[in-house]
Parts: sequence; C-alpha cells; structure tokens
Amino acid sequence: MNGNGAPILATKGISKSFGPVRALDGVDFEVGRGEVLALVGDNGAGKSTLIKAIAGIYSIDAGELFFEGERVSIRGPNDATRLGIATVYQDLALCDNLDVVANLFLGQEELAPGPARAIRALDETAMEQRSHELLDQLSVTIPSVRSEVGTLSGGQRQQVAVARSLLGEPKVVILDEPTAALGVMQTKQVLELIQRLRERNLAVIVISHNLANIFEVADRIFVLRLGRKGGVFDATKTTEEQIVGAITGAEFGEGETGEMRRQP
Amino acid sequence: MRLRIGDPDYAAPGDAPAEETSPLDLMRRFLQGDLASLRVIAAIALIWIVFELQNDRFLSAVNLTNLFLQITAVGLISVGVVMALLIGEIDLSIGAVSGFAAAVMAVLNVKQGWDPALAVIAGIGTGAIIGLVQGFLFTRFSIPSFVVTLAGSLVWQGALLKVLGSTGTVNLTNSEIIKLADTFYSPAVGWIVMAAGVGLFALITLSGYRRRLAAGVTSEPFGLLVARVVIVAVVAVVAISILNSDRGLPLALIILFAFVIGFQFLTTRTVFGRHLFAVGGSAEAARRAGIGVTGIRVIAFTLCSSMAAVGGILAAARLESVNQSSGGSNLLLEAIAGPVIAGTSLFGGRGSVWSALLGATVIGSISNGMYLLALESSVKYMITGGVLLAAVVVDAIARSRRQAEGRV
Repeated sequence: MNGNGAPILATKGISKSFGPVRALDGVDFEVGRGEVLALVGDNGAGKSTLIKAIAGIYSIDAGELFFEGERVSIRGPNDATRLGIATVYQDLALCDNLDVVANLFLGQEELAPGPARAIRALDETAMEQRSHELLDQLSVTIPSVRSEVGTLSGGQRQQVAVARSLLGEPKVVILDEPTAALGVMQTKQVLELIQRLRERNLAVIVISHNLANIFEVADRIFVLRLGRKGGVFDATKTTEEQIVGAITGAEFGEGETGEMRRQP
Repeated sequence: MRLRIGDPDYAAPGDAPAEETSPLDLMRRFLQGDLASLRVIAAIALIWIVFELQNDRFLSAVNLTNLFLQITAVGLISVGVVMALLIGEIDLSIGAVSGFAAAVMAVLNVKQGWDPALAVIAGIGTGAIIGLVQGFLFTRFSIPSFVVTLAGSLVWQGALLKVLGSTGTVNLTNSEIIKLADTFYSPAVGWIVMAAGVGLFALITLSGYRRRLAAGVTSEPFGLLVARVVIVAVVAVVAISILNSDRGLPLALIILFAFVIGFQFLTTRTVFGRHLFAVGGSAEAARRAGIGVTGIRVIAFTLCSSMAAVGGILAAARLESVNQSSGGSNLLLEAIAGPVIAGTSLFGGRGSVWSALLGATVIGSISNGMYLLALESSVKYMITGGVLLAAVVVDAIARSRRQAEGRV
C-alpha cells in the first residue's frame, strides 16, 4: 500500500521564505511509486509552496531534493518535466476553442511524415489514434476526441488535463485541487482516474480540501501546518477527526499522534 | 474503502455515449461543420436575388466578373486580417500599409526602373517589415495592438505621401504590373485550372479518408465527403462557365484563391496554425504548453501586414496608379468587417481563412449592387455601416451564447 521500495521523490528539510514569511520550514516529504499521497493543510499552510518548489516554479532557500534516490536540483519547470514530474494546476490551462486531441498534444504536436514535415504539417490521424489509446487506457469518457474542450463538463476537462500530463511519460503526477468545483458524479470520475494512475505505478500527489475524497483515494495523508510537517497518516488507520486535529493543531501536538501513526 | 473500478455501475452515467452516429447527429455535425458558413452563403444568395430583382444586369457575366475583380484586393487584405483576429488582436494599419507598400512598389518600378517582379517583392517586403516592427512593439512593450497599429496607420499614411512626392500620384499605365489585374485566360485554360483544382481537392479528401480508415480512426461518412466534392465541383463549373462567357478566368482571381487555400492550409494543417488558434483561445494555456507566444504573435502581425501589401499591390494594378488616397476610404473597415461577417470572431481563437473570401463577397456584392442601382452616397454609407454593425452584433451574441453554455 505504501509504494514499492524506495521513495521516487523525497525532500529533506526544505525551506522557503517570502520576505519575513516562512512558507516552508524544514519539511521532509516523500512519495513512492504506485502511491497516492494526499497533501492537506489549512489555507496558508504551505501546500502550494511545496508543490511549486517540487515543480520548479519556486527555488528553495534550503534543503535537498531527491529523485529516484539521487540528489537533484530543480531550477525551473523544464527541469521538473525532464525528471518526470508533471503538474496539473487547478486552472487546468486548456484551450477551450480547441478539441480534445489538439489540447492533449498542444506544444508537442506530432508531425506528418515525408516532405510535409518541412512545413511542419500536423499528423492528425496519428494524434487522434494516440489520443484514443491514452483515453481508453485511462477509461476517460468523453463524447468524442473531436469535441471542443469548452463543451466538456468540469470533470471531463479535469480528466483531459490529467491525460495530457501523462503524454510525457512522467513518474510523478501532482494534482492541485482536482475535485474542487466538481459535482458528485464528476468527482467520482476524477477519483477513479487517480486510482488508475496508481495502477500504472505512478506516484501521485493530490492537494485537496475535501477530506472525504482524500480518504476514498489516498494511501497516505501528509499534513502541513504553518509551513511544517504536521504528521503523515495511513489513510486506512486514521479518522477524519484526527486529520482535522492535525490540520488545525487543536488535538495533537506537532508530530505526537501523527508521528506515532506514521508509516515506516 | 476503495472505489470499485471496472464495475459497470460506476461507469460514469453522467456522460454521453462516445461517437454518436445517428442520422440526426450526422445532420447536426454537418450543419455545425463546414456548413456553418452555410448561413453566409445563404446571405450572399439573398443579396444577389434582391439586387437581381432590382436590376437584371446584376447577375450578368460581365458584372459578376467585375464583382470578383472588385473583391480581390479586399479579400487578400482580409486573409491577413484573419491572422490577427485569430490571436484575438486587431491591425488598424492595414489600409495605410496597403497604400504605402503599393507606393513603394510603384515608385521603384516606374521612377527607379526596377524590374516589375522585384518591385512587387519589395512592396510585399515593405509590408512584412512593417508587420515585424508593429508585432515587436506590441509584444515587447505589451501595448494594445489597436494603439500600436492606429499610430502606425498615421505613420504609414505619412510615408505614403512622402514616397509619392509632390505630384501625389504614380501612374502604372505603362507598367507590366497592371497585368496582375488585367490578365484573363482563355476558356480552355480556365477549364484546365478548374479541373486541376477540383481534382486535387478530391484527391486530398479521398486520401485523407483512406488514411483515417487505415488507422482505424472514425472519419466523416464517405457519402458526406463525396457530397462535398460534388458541391465544390458544381460551383467551380458554374463559376468558370460564367467567367468564360465574359472575358475569361482572371489572373487576379487565381491569386486570391491561391492565397486563401495556402493560408487555409497553414492555419488548419500545420503546427503554426494550431498554435495560432491556441494563442487566440488562451494565451496562458499556450504559454504553459511551451508555445512561444511572442513569436506566434509577431509572425501573425507580419503575415497580416504582408497580405495588406499584397492586397494593396493588386488594388494598384487594378486602378493602374497609386495616389494619395490609396488604401484609404472604407478599405480598412471592409477588410476587417468581411471576416467578422463570415464568422471569424473579434475575440480570438475562432474563425477561418474562408471567411475572408466569403465576407469580401458579401460586402463587395452590396457595394456593387448599390452602385448598379445608382444609390446616393449617403444611403450607401448608411447601408454599409448598418451591415457591418449587424455583423459585429451577431459575433457578440454568438460569443455570449457560448459563454452561457460554459464555453469561452
């Protein structure tokens, strides 16, 4: 349940300040292959900062990043992508006026073979074929791969955004609030998609405010509180109350119960 | 507790079944697809019928040939305008650029004795450089494009006067350049060009269908493709018959179609075109997808100004001169309104190069018809303005309806 072997991505004591505000304060964090790790915390607890540090949006002030056991430095989004870390942000960044195929391959279009390559002609047939394969593997249900993305539901759009992140064959997928603003059925579709990412042996990091969703999908729950680690919990052996306690700091002191229940 | 993946009961009941193929759905796709421009074609038919009823010379071969010659320049400029509109920007300098580029060409050819072909290339190059500069200013300093190009419009207007010198006009009467607008091909050549064009279209349609079939990707029904080829062939045959019964197929029309088809290919079948639409749809999404948004914008403005130059050169060839009012009057407004009338959005990301041709035909038909009816200028202005306004309103309504449906 807790990933296979060594963590694929780990941080050791990373810190990040914005002026006088210490957004991250010596955070140790790790996620393994085939594991869904939920990242929770109150507003301003440092969730986004942690994600952006891993995704290369922010540079860290102190601490170390390890990828597949090796120390790495991530200086920009491209470094993260090259390592195999894909991030799906809350606003999805899709072009509503383009169809699903065009969005999946945006910025990495397949070129037609032969002389047409000289003028960078598109190979629509190949892209459509690969889109079908990818979406079928993920059991994503959309009316047609030629539907304009703007006509899709919120859940379908989220699924397209996740599918797009998989085209680069990443090893770690970070999802920022994937179920925010979704209806019940759509939320379920997205949660099922997350399960399938785990089945593909990807490491999945999910930021969410919705504890019910988290308990449905996560293997472990990592709590951030005021920029520090508030504990790591096994989702099958923890109650929502305990997580809420760790988030608010009301019931459990830093690392007490949380640390006791922390998985090896 | 885990979700039961693979349980059919959980298979997303909220979604529509994939790939509908009912006749009703086919009809809907038919109407929404390439026949979305059906509305515009219907409008053109209506306009033609109304004018024909008022004056039976309107649909004569002579007048229709004139109509096509009249819309060539505006149509070419509109092709460039579509590039700017697709990225959600506007270029208000196209009128002045078309006049200035034509003046550069005319002066180099007539006064400096340059070879006509070189002078034409220099004219188009002038447009390209102007577009490059305006695109750079727009992207580098994040100045709204309408401000950059409005200021540019004044600059190039001044440059036009400067280049033309004290006489204020350069005659092209003795220049080879007027052949661009004054060459008509014999009926035989007309038929051959038409047959080649329709044959190529049929070949591309068929090979695309076969490739998709071979790859196992769903394609439009074969009957629909055949119908499309047949419609294109019939229209082409009728058009060539009409042209041949007058002076023949004009070179200017071949030039117009060559640019329209070329840009249609560029925008719909290449990576550049895909990125053009992406930038127009969501510049932020395009940027995050690793697209060089600045580069795309600069190229779009360069293409826009280059096509303004091409249109200006054709207009000069037809007028057989370049003068101080070249590129002035309604040209700017008509060149922008044309594509918008025919469905290219002012807000970016939606439209097609065909709209340049269709829009120019709508506007050209109205002004040609009003000319035949010998309407007063006052009435002509008001009618033209009213039509343009109506077109923009239709675009705005379409957009707000899309937003109401949750599409942006």
